[in-house]
Amino acid sequence: MTDHTTFEHDVLVIGAGGAGLRAAIEATAAGVSVGLICKSLLGKAHTVMAEGGMAAAMGNVDDRDNWKVHFSDTMRGGQYVNNWRMAELHAKEAPDRVRELEAWGAVFDRTKDGKILQRNFGGHRYPRLAHVGDRTGLELIRTLQDHGIHQGIDVHMEVTVISLLKDGDRVVGCFAYEREHGRFRVFKAKAVILATGGVGRAYRITSNSWEGTGDGHALAYHAGAELIDMEFIQFHPTGMVWPPSVRGILVTEGVRGEGGILKNSEGKRFMFDDIPANYKEQTADNEEEGWRYVTGDKNARRPPELLTRDHVARCINREVKAGRGTPHGGVYLDIAWIKEKIKDAPEHIKRKLPSMYHQFMQLANLDITTTPMEVGPTTHYIMGGIRVDADTQASTLPGLYAAGECASGINGANRLGGNSLSDLIVFGKRAGEYAAQFSKENSHGSIDDAQIDREAKRALEPFERVDGENPFAIQHDLQGMMQDLVGIVRQESEMLEALDGLAKLNERAKKTFVPGNIDFNPGWHTSLDLRNLLTVSEAITRSAIERKESRGGQFRDDYPDKDPEFSKFNIAVKEVNGEMQISRVPIPEMPAELKQVIEEMG
Amino acid sequence: MAKATFSIRRGGRDGGEMVDYQAEVSEGMVVLDAVHQIQAESAPDLACRWNCKAGKCGSCSAEINGMPKLMCMTRLDTIDLSQTVTIEPMRAFPPIKDLISDVSWNYEVKKRIKKFNPRKPDAEDGTWRMQQSDIDRVQEFRKCIECYLCQDVCHVLRDHNKHEEFIGPRFLVYTAALEMHPLDTENRTEDLKDMFGIGYCNITKCCTKVCPEHITITDNAIIPLKERVVDEHYDPLKKLVKLFRKK
Repeated sequence: MTDHTTFEHDVLVIGAGGAGLRAAIEATAAGVSVGLICKSLLGKAHTVMAEGGMAAAMGNVDDRDNWKVHFSDTMRGGQYVNNWRMAELHAKEAPDRVRELEAWGAVFDRTKDGKILQRNFGGHRYPRLAHVGDRTGLELIRTLQDHGIHQGIDVHMEVTVISLLKDGDRVVGCFAYEREHGRFRVFKAKAVILATGGVGRAYRITSNSWEGTGDGHALAYHAGAELIDMEFIQFHPTGMVWPPSVRGILVTEGVRGEGGILKNSEGKRFMFDDIPANYKEQTADNEEEGWRYVTGDKNARRPPELLTRDHVARCINREVKAGRGTPHGGVYLDIAWIKEKIKDAPEHIKRKLPSMYHQFMQLANLDITTTPMEVGPTTHYIMGGIRVDADTQASTLPGLYAAGECASGINGANRLGGNSLSDLIVFGKRAGEYAAQFSKENSHGSIDDAQIDREAKRALEPFERVDGENPFAIQHDLQGMMQDLVGIVRQESEMLEALDGLAKLNERAKKTFVPGNIDFNPGWHTSLDLRNLLTVSEAITRSAIERKESRGGQFRDDYPDKDPEFSKFNIAVKEVNGEMQISRVPIPEMPAELKQVIEEMG
Repeated sequence: MAKATFSIRRGGRDGGEMVDYQAEVSEGMVVLDAVHQIQAESAPDLACRWNCKAGKCGSCSAEINGMPKLMCMTRLDTIDLSQTVTIEPMRAFPPIKDLISDVSWNYEVKKRIKKFNPRKPDAEDGTWRMQQSDIDRVQEFRKCIECYLCQDVCHVLRDHNKHEEFIGPRFLVYTAALEMHPLDTENRTEDLKDMFGIGYCNITKCCTKVCPEHITITDNAIIPLKERVVDEHYDPLKKLVKLFRKK
């Protein structure tokens, strides 16, 4: 039998970003024992990179804001294929979750009357994002971390999960390795929460760290859970494009929220050229009105730079393809121009966007207070993920819960900026609460030693070969292929080509060879991550082929329009006999009172 | 394309050696890019920590040509590449493997600091009011990305190994953020004096110099904390009052 150490917890949380930490805190508060697995060190998860803020309709800056406006903004942004119940819960509960963070020590920027300040962001009708300069994610994760370490959570750092363990249909734990010595660990748990974040490393140009390899998506899928909406990938419109080594690093939407404008190489503000019909009424039609909006004029409509991310990303893509891009293949994002409007502009920019100033100064030798930035789309977020029950975050498998980016539903076809951090704390809390409840109602399941032996054998294969494929090379090839064939603009023939490519990459991934020993060996870790990346890439591609229309994060060159038929269901994938099976899951009818909210909000 | 030579520490907890690698240098590259290139092409088992690659997570701390720095924020065009560039792990902590050191001590230290304890909400809506000017200082401290470069460069830890008695600049900043938080009601000055060893700091300001977030660690955090300790524990008048109170 495989040599391993066993740990036992009532609730096991896999992933220690905002959602995982919030879930762990909630489960501990319910009085059950909690284990928290971090792929990296505690406090380093991808949440730290979130910049702009967390959306919560507190109405501190504009008292016309309330949950109904937030709900309808979220549904409109998601093009109405969201899980409406999740959008409702999220809009209603986010303000309390934000205030709770303040009670745990978070220090948000303030309004003049001493309340939590809120800023403008794309797709949000009113200033709604609670923030700390442009480092809100750091504030969130540090607050949860510093609160959590006093709650009695057992933290397992630098541990990666290889597979979920099952007893019949039920998930009863997981099989993992610790990085330092590569030793195997078995975690027994009455309930498991996946909070593993996104899949960005499947693409070459991405804002995601090495950790974003779709682990939770793939673990759930291989355990038999359903994933939905996998075709909806968010390409954030503004990633850095130069120099090459920083390509993809995020430039916060907060730049545009503070008055930053997008221009092409001809100096034109091209976003005015293409305003979607369903946003026409909410969007300024001249530059002067746009400026009034970002400076707080309640009668002004927002500038087109603050349209939803899917749309802005496509407009940038169009400008570049039409030959109106910058020397390095992006467009200009200009915040320096506000010096025409306000006196102490450079100081204002440094105060509002300190880490952007720092990032460009240090990595690109560029002073954003004097010079426009070059930006272009970068793979940022996946709307799709594990299918969950809106209230409890329970997956389609008993004992398995999911929260945050690896879960799906709230965002529909496109996520609004700022809705991610609030999603983490709203649904992280819910997942923790209901997983704890499940763990109280159930005893531990039994662990299948044969499954452990199988997984261990597979995991160690790269060391047994004397020669083989370089895992870094396979990952590199996969990223290039997904970028080229299943990227921001898609068509069927290319995606079919991608499926062939994935089959070949799968074969290569079975023949990886890793030199060195098992102690902290990144080659080995990359080799194990490949399975997850390949799984989610296939799910993205198959789902994208199935959705024969353009909506939100999915743009099809061969089906450039929205098709009302496709607003009636989500696309689901599930593993059946080792094959990926696609199905269409009807979206339940929205209750009359929510329909009315949407109608009222126009 | 130009090539540069990097001498990287290889080895485990028990010792290691410097091994030379070549990497191709392109415009805008940072040290972490070179390490990744070496990892992907010639040393897949070369261990290094990294996450965000944008100076926000504080994972890729190392000593580059002997200077504590984030690998992701150190551009190659700021280094003399005609000489071999050395990359070593942080030396104030035990090595684990290659560029990785064991920073678990830091996590233990943090747990010993009394947690945030806010006063009761006093605004009508059950929350608090705070003015921006009252939180500017705390927000400066909360920029910390926990890269531990300040701990690495602090001679009390690095050269004198006072890890048992001294919590280091990172956690003095952390304590300062709590002590200066407008809502916090806890008092940590006695801990600072007795358990946290604030007296060991002799204000050489090395920590401030290496901070990638440009936090003025010594002037804004440590010195004010030292003053509080002095005010509360070494003020002769207060001492007298305390003496009488005890009786």
